[in-house]
Formats: sequence, structure tokens, C-alpha cells
Amino acid sequence: MSLKDEGFKRYLGKKYPETWRDMPIAAIVPWPGNTAEVKTHAWRTIRPVINQDKCIRCRLCWTFCPDGAILEVDEEYKTSSGRVFKVSYKVDYDHCKGCGICAAECPVNAIEMVPEER
Amino acid sequence: MALSKPVRTIWDIPREERFAPGHTMCQGCGAAIIMRHLTKVIGKDAIIVQATGCVEVTTTAFPRTSWLNPWLHLAFENAGAGASGVEAALKALKRKGVIDPNRKIKVVAIAGDGGTFDIGLQSLSGMLERGHNVMYVVYDNEAYMNTGIQRSGATPLGAWTTTTPVGKKMRGELRPKKDLIGIALAHRIPYIATASPAYPTDMVEKLRKAYETEGPSLVHIISPCTPGWRIRNEDTIKVARLAVLTGMWVLLEIVNGKPRVTVKVPKRKPVREYLKLQGRFRHLTDEEIARIQKMVDEYVEEINRWVGEQAIGPVEE
Ligand SMILES: Cc1ncc(C[n+]2csc(CCOP(=O)(O)OP(=O)(O)O)c2C)c(N)n1
Ligand code: SF4
Ligand code: SF4
Ligand code: SF4
Ligand SMILES: [Mg+2]
Repeated sequence: MSLKDEGFKRYLGKKYPETWRDMPIAAIVPWPGNTAEVKTHAWRTIRPVINQDKCIRCRLCWTFCPDGAILEVDEEYKTSSGRVFKVSYKVDYDHCKGCGICAAECPVNAIEMVPEER
Repeated sequence: MALSKPVRTIWDIPREERFAPGHTMCQGCGAAIIMRHLTKVIGKDAIIVQATGCVEVTTTAFPRTSWLNPWLHLAFENAGAGASGVEAALKALKRKGVIDPNRKIKVVAIAGDGGTFDIGLQSLSGMLERGHNVMYVVYDNEAYMNTGIQRSGATPLGAWTTTTPVGKKMRGELRPKKDLIGIALAHRIPYIATASPAYPTDMVEKLRKAYETEGPSLVHIISPCTPGWRIRNEDTIKVARLAVLTGMWVLLEIVNGKPRVTVKVPKRKPVREYLKLQGRFRHLTDEEIARIQKMVDEYVEEINRWVGEQAIGPVEE
């Protein structure tokens, strides 16, 4: 099937297929990475909270997160002891599932897992 | 672009995420960590073919996908065959001038242990034998997890699964793990490695080398599974690390048949430390643990002999 085919155009013109007629053969999904729209925060019973002052920017939490929910951002931070870091680590609370790996692996215990309140 | 610079420290791992969140892999899934790093390494010019299993079903519920690469679903048994076909098609398209012949596009096959050790073994063997330019990655969670924790040829001795129950007659898995590396080695392929997500620099560098290899390469990665191994969500990396520190999982790299231990363990921890974190081994008696320890001791001896040095040292309590 080529991209010019009617079926495919119908499919591509919409955000998602609305009826079976919109479905292309072989269940092609032309929206790479669109699970990112799915929020998985409701899985969480505990949430990681990063203490920016304690964090030594070792990158381990970012490395080990199964959900890519630790974001590495170019944001300067000056600790209370005067140390300046060029990157910071932030939690993507839309996707973090609360597994606690980041907190368990942080070498300086800069991440605390606190109960979710709903 | 695939990662071309050698990975020496954790900072050499690309920041860009190429594996979208929002997938339904369990909290603390080891395979999810592996997929994040694999996709970082291979970059955009890779075609992924995937045997069904956990990673597949949790990342591709229609109409969504976590993948940013061209990605092809395959059946449980034919990742190797499917990868071979895609690679042959790429060659033909290059020959016909449809695709720029100088463009490097690589096929990456991903499969679980069931799809590799058991039902996909002959298709993998064919792929390796024919010398296809494919990188094959097996994430090994040591059972058929997607369908509810049934044993596979990769299930370790003594492990509980739903098909190796623990009772009067059975005490978990009856046999030791199948030697996949030995099987790959018998095909004389240019690159074979084992890896663990607890050693990310080592793992990512091996994935990079496997991707760069011309011809078939295979990377075998231990992949802790929180429900299947009955471990706490936050213990995934701890368990993957203890597998290495106890000698249960040796980090190897075999380039053109020449083996090397990439992460040496001068003093081993007793296997008990690895086993005790996992509910799937909870039933083991002291004698049964001693048997597993003896098996690991023999395995370590065999590895040391093979690599020609004491890469993995004796047990120290
Ligand atoms: C021929 C065939 N038999 C059985 C199945 C059902 N099935 C799908 S995935 C799977 C197990 C996958 O195990 P593994 O390869 O270890 O991947 P994991 O789910 O553990 O990640 C099974 C039995 C199937 N899809 N096809
Ligand atoms: S708790 Fe788990 S999912 Fe959430 S940020 Fe930490 S490692 Fe990632
Ligand atoms: S693991 Fe801890 S110290 Fe390292 S970057 Fe994350 S929060 Fe900071
Ligand atoms: S069952 Fe195991 S391998 Fe499968 S998604 Fe869950 S943790 Fe990962
Ligand atoms: Mg499996």
C-alpha cells in the first residue's frame, strides 16, 4: 500500500481511526511514540520526591528508570553549600509508576518515596 | 544516527529518549530499562522486528506504540526468520536503487527467552547460520511472563513458575538453564555478549558494538521481572547486580570466538544473597541452595578456564 492510497489518507487525516473503515490493512500505526499520551500516574501508590540540594547529579536515577520518568534538564542549580550544577533531574509525574528504583539506587539518598494522597 | 562513540562512562549514554513512556510494562520492569537503552544506542536508522512477549504486548496496544523506529510485529517463534527477511529485502532495495546503497540501516531483532531459547531457536539458528547482518537482543526474564509465568529453557534450577510448582513432588524448575551463549558460539558469529541493566555502561557499550558488527550479533541480557521473580519493585537493579556479584550471571563478550569477562568480580558473594531477595526461590532449603552454589562454582571455574584468568574469584561471606 502506498501513502497515496485512499485508505491510508483516510487514516492519516484523523487523529485516530474512528470507524473500521479508517483502519489500514495490517494495523499500521503511523504515530511513533504515541503511548506518551497515555498517563500512567494512577499506577502509583508512592511518589519519588527529589531533594535538589542533596542530589549530586550522578545520573543513576535517570539511567535506571523503567519509564523514562526522570527527566534530565539543562537547568542550573546552586546548592545551599554553593555548589553549582548545570543539569537537574525532575520527575515526570504523568508517567512515573512509583516503582521506587530511583530512590533505591540513589547513592546519596536524595530521593524520598512519599505516599500518594488521593 | 546510531551511537558511534565508545561508551566509557554513564555520561556517554545519549540523553534523547527513543522509547516512549506510557507503555504498560509493570512497575520496576527490567526489560523496560533495557529497551530504553537499546533504542538510545540504535538511533533512528534501525528497523526493529519483535517476537511477541511482554515487551511487545505492553508497547503496541493498537492504535498506540512506544516505538519511534520502524517496528514490525512477529509471531512468538520467528524473530530470527522475520529479521532475515527484512535484511534480505533491504539488500534487494539497495541493489535496485530504491534505497541509497550507502545508507546504513540495520535490522534489530528483539525477543524474550521463550521466543529465543525455546520456540524461536531454529529460526534464530537459521539466521545466525546464514550470516544475516542482524543484531539479536534477548531480554531474559527466565520464563514466559506475558502469558503468566510458565517455565522456559532459560528458567534457572529451582525457580518456581506456574508450570514448575513447589509441592511434594516438585521443587520448582528441575533443570539448569540452557546454555544460549554456547549455542550462539557454535554458529561462529562475530559478536556475542551477555549484559545486565545494573551495569549500564557495560550494557550500552555492548549494544553499541553489537550494532556496529557486520554480520550476526547476539546480546543476552538478564531482565528481572517483578511479578515473575516475586521481587519488590525497587529491587530490580539490586537483583540484576547481585546476579553478577554472585557469579550467577557473568558479563562476557566474545569477539570472533575470543572470550573476555568485561566486569570482573574478584570476590564473589554467596548465591544465597541473590536467591533470598526473590520469592520464586523462597521454598529452597539449605541443601538445595548448596546445590545451586555448587553449580555456580563449577560454572565460574569453567568460565575462568575459558577466558584464561581468574576473572571471577572465590566466594567470600
Ligand atoms: C505459537 C505460539 N504459542 C504460544 C503463544 C502465546 N505466547 C505469547 S508470548 C508467550 C511467552 C513469551 O515468553 P518470552 O519469550 O520469554 O517473553 P516474555 O513474555 O517473558 O517477555 C506465549 C507463550 C504464541 N503467541 N504463539
Ligand atoms: S519511582 Fe520508578 S517510575 Fe517513578 S521516577 Fe522513580 S524509577 Fe521512574
Ligand atoms: S540518583 Fe540521586 S544523586 Fe544521582 S542524579 Fe538522581 S537524585 Fe541525584
Ligand atoms: S511481567 Fe515481568 S517482564 Fe513482563 S512487563 Fe511485567 S515486569 Fe516486565
Ligand atoms: Mg521471558
